[in-house]
Amino acid sequence: MKFGIVMFPGSNREADATLAAETVGAEVVHLWHKDHDLQGSDVIILPGGFSYGDYLRAGAIARFSPIMKEVVEHAKRGGPVLGICNGFQILCEAHMLPGVLLRNASLRFASQWVSLRVENADTLFTNAYEKGQVVRVPVAHGDGRYTADEDTVKLLEDRGQVVFRYVDRSGNPLPAANPNGSVNDIAGIVNDRGNILGLMPHPEDAIDPLLGSTDGLGLFESILARVAA
Amino acid sequence: MTRYRVAVHIVPRKGVLDPQGKAVADALHALGFATVRDARVGRHLVLDVDASDAGAAESSVRGMCDKLLANPVTEDYEIAGVSSS
Repeated sequence: MKFGIVMFPGSNREADATLAAETVGAEVVHLWHKDHDLQGSDVIILPGGFSYGDYLRAGAIARFSPIMKEVVEHAKRGGPVLGICNGFQILCEAHMLPGVLLRNASLRFASQWVSLRVENADTLFTNAYEKGQVVRVPVAHGDGRYTADEDTVKLLEDRGQVVFRYVDRSGNPLPAANPNGSVNDIAGIVNDRGNILGLMPHPEDAIDPLLGSTDGLGLFESILARVAA
Repeated sequence: MTRYRVAVHIVPRKGVLDPQGKAVADALHALGFATVRDARVGRHLVLDVDASDAGAAESSVRGMCDKLLANPVTEDYEIAGVSSS
């Protein structure tokens, strides 16, 4: 099992994603954004950071990086793609996921721990969790307010594509528990085929008791279980 | 080919929460500009492009807006002006 982690100019969470993938026993290769070779990766991660300085709109320019052509083809073949934070923004800009991430409603950079409720535990990315389970992971973003038109949001909800939702520690949605003003407290979504996940929080930074939580490991274990099977 | 200067306004679509615009409107109210009803903060881009005529310059910039400069989910754009530069 090989994870390919794409390095854009301005990516800065690639080491965290590497550590998380290696912790669950996967091999990791770093992929340069200018290359056209996924080097046999089974899973692609678009890591967090500020690709291209977030110029124009977060993720808007990374979408046109050469390697994105291969990433799109990998996804079309059903290959798993995980976009974390800036990676989620890139997936939306590339129309690999619907909607867009806008400036936090607070206008403040949100750097804090959040609670997420697992809304769908049947996906490639969440099968190690229980439906309704509340997990603790950090967020660190300025542009994380998920927005889409009403019909799209309804479709996402009806089809179980909303995978993670911001909640309080007891698992209840609450405006104060939503760090960015996302519609319906949406923290992460999958595409209709279920092989592309985008989320703003950082599961790769919740993998060691020293950091306060190991709840993020389940996401990487889920991928490993499903792809290796 | 002639060089044209094309200006584009890109603004958050009506109905999309624009916290920057709201903060600006609130600040203006605090300063006593009570007549302000709404403020929206967007981007203004100035592009120099080579084209056969002004219409072609404008349509090429529209193509750029559709593909990259504006996000069709949340933003509207309008060509603010075309002039030979």
